[in-house]
Amino acid sequence: MTAVMNESRQFTPELLEEVNRIVSLFPEGKQKSALIRVLHLAQAHFGHLDTEAMDYVARLLHLNPIEVYEVATFYSMYDTKPVGKVKLEVCRTGPCMIEGAERIIAHIEKRLGIKDGETTADGLFTLKSVECLGACGYAPMLQAGESFHEHLTEEKVDALIEEYRANPVANYMGLK
Amino acid sequence: MSKKLLLEHIDVEGIRTYDVYRKQGGYQAVEKALKGMSSDDVVEEVKKSGLRGRGGAGFPTGMKWSFLAKPDGVPRHLLCNADESEPGTFKDRYLMEKIPHLLIEGMILSSYALGANQSYIYIRGEYMFVMRIVEQAIAEAYANGWLGKNIMGSGFDLDLAITPGAGAYICGEETALIESLEGKRGNPRMKPPFPAVKGLWQRPTVVNNVETIAAVVPIIQHGGDAYAAIGIGRSTGTKLISASGNINKPGVYEIELGLPVEEFIYSEEYCGGIKNGKRLKALIPGGSSVPVLPHYLICKTAAGEPRLMSYESLADGGFATGSMLGSGGFIVYDEDQCIVRNTWNFSRFYHHESCGQCSPCREGTGWMEKVLHRIEEGHGTMEDIDLLWDIQRKIEGNTICPLGDAAAWPVAAAIRHFREEFEWHINEPKLSQERNYGLVTEKTFDAQPA
Repeated sequence: MTAVMNESRQFTPELLEEVNRIVSLFPEGKQKSALIRVLHLAQAHFGHLDTEAMDYVARLLHLNPIEVYEVATFYSMYDTKPVGKVKLEVCRTGPCMIEGAERIIAHIEKRLGIKDGETTADGLFTLKSVECLGACGYAPMLQAGESFHEHLTEEKVDALIEEYRANPVANYMGLK
Repeated sequence: MSKKLLLEHIDVEGIRTYDVYRKQGGYQAVEKALKGMSSDDVVEEVKKSGLRGRGGAGFPTGMKWSFLAKPDGVPRHLLCNADESEPGTFKDRYLMEKIPHLLIEGMILSSYALGANQSYIYIRGEYMFVMRIVEQAIAEAYANGWLGKNIMGSGFDLDLAITPGAGAYICGEETALIESLEGKRGNPRMKPPFPAVKGLWQRPTVVNNVETIAAVVPIIQHGGDAYAAIGIGRSTGTKLISASGNINKPGVYEIELGLPVEEFIYSEEYCGGIKNGKRLKALIPGGSSVPVLPHYLICKTAAGEPRLMSYESLADGGFATGSMLGSGGFIVYDEDQCIVRNTWNFSRFYHHESCGQCSPCREGTGWMEKVLHRIEEGHGTMEDIDLLWDIQRKIEGNTICPLGDAAAWPVAAAIRHFREEFEWHINEPKLSQERNYGLVTEKTFDAQPA
């Protein structure tokens, strides 16, 4: 195995306890089933899933690193590259589109001076258009961390951005 | 007011919590089943109810359950599909968020019926806030003796857990869901073997949608026959409809199957009519995968019969003049909406969500997205319409899982019913950038292809 990682590159004792709880939901020897949820934890803790983070998760769950890489690169919620502290994920599909998702995306782009998929220079915000999030009746909407923000207007988006600027949420879910 | 079976108590304050749910009669169905019914009795009631899968396919639930292999000494599993990702669909989220114990009660009943002692709810990762609500409810159910060892002294053990995905529409396909639950990429499996024989960890497995499992509760409570008496024909019971688009009152509604589509769209009890007094242009009745219907085929079928909210009536006329009930993702379009742009938007979705295993889907969805974008942007040619038709035809039926079909059908239906709008985009590229085409001309249907 590689050299000892520095402390910040490991889970806290509380997180390790949570990993054990998640593993215990599955039968003996089926700990791989915990992988997707543990990767959520890792992304929340480390900011994004680089090779070091993925290797760490592989060791935690007694998996081959490749088993972790192939999962981390398949699912759209995982970031293998650095992202902003707050990820604004705007739904762009069907019902959200007809209710003005494109207008909302354009407004955020202008407001933050970035394009879809980019991160602000201060590392605070990432804008990402995503596919249907299951809020079609409350369109347009965006997700930030674990929160859904629905019935969006330009004014609401402005207020949200200010709110997150003052009090950035962890960009990622999975941490209690 | 029509009959409510799932959402009857949805407005009761605190119904999300165990105590309130229990006070409203919650877990009585479990008491009834564990005290006085064998597991086969429960299966029999579900068969009698005529309940059909509420995730989209509409396969009879009792029959699906009866396919489950039961080899000696091999554990079986029930998985709840809460990976709700079909554009236009948000009913399962509503149910889990508002009344999570209904799902848990349904999981206990269904697990008992199948002889499963370890069941899982697989929820899409983006619904993490919903997962927390359900996880809390599961903890309450354990604390009150409805989960765990020897439930109510019946000798039946059940462990239930909820586990998230991480963003992949494909995981709503049952074998992809199983792969994902095993901690792998969501690549659908070749069938056979079917999950009923080799599913989770190669063990016999049943996968059912959230709403399907919740519906088992009223079926056991009132009996399969009483449930079958609701609805129309082979469309028994009630259905949750997620209504979105250009309507006055978007939201989740529980309807009795057989309700006229016209009443659902225009009555104040449901969608409340088209927003801003506009005219109805098109409808996708069952989620983005099902064929779009033009205005003149929405409230009545090609044969002139009233169109009803049922599996049969929405499919009346086949794909030529009908559609599907699907997941109940009911998307309404007014006269200002562009069919080409909407079709392109959905094609982009399917391209993004293709898992990449099968070439027709992996490549074809990308081609369709590109060609549709070209037409939408005013650079299309007439040959492009034929090209689109050719691509979708070559995807349909040629892939391991139904995502290929789901990507092909919306394109085929858009061309079938709105061809003149595609042609207008091509012939009037400038105009099509400035304004919308409007309503399509009504056609007559003499011969009805099957």
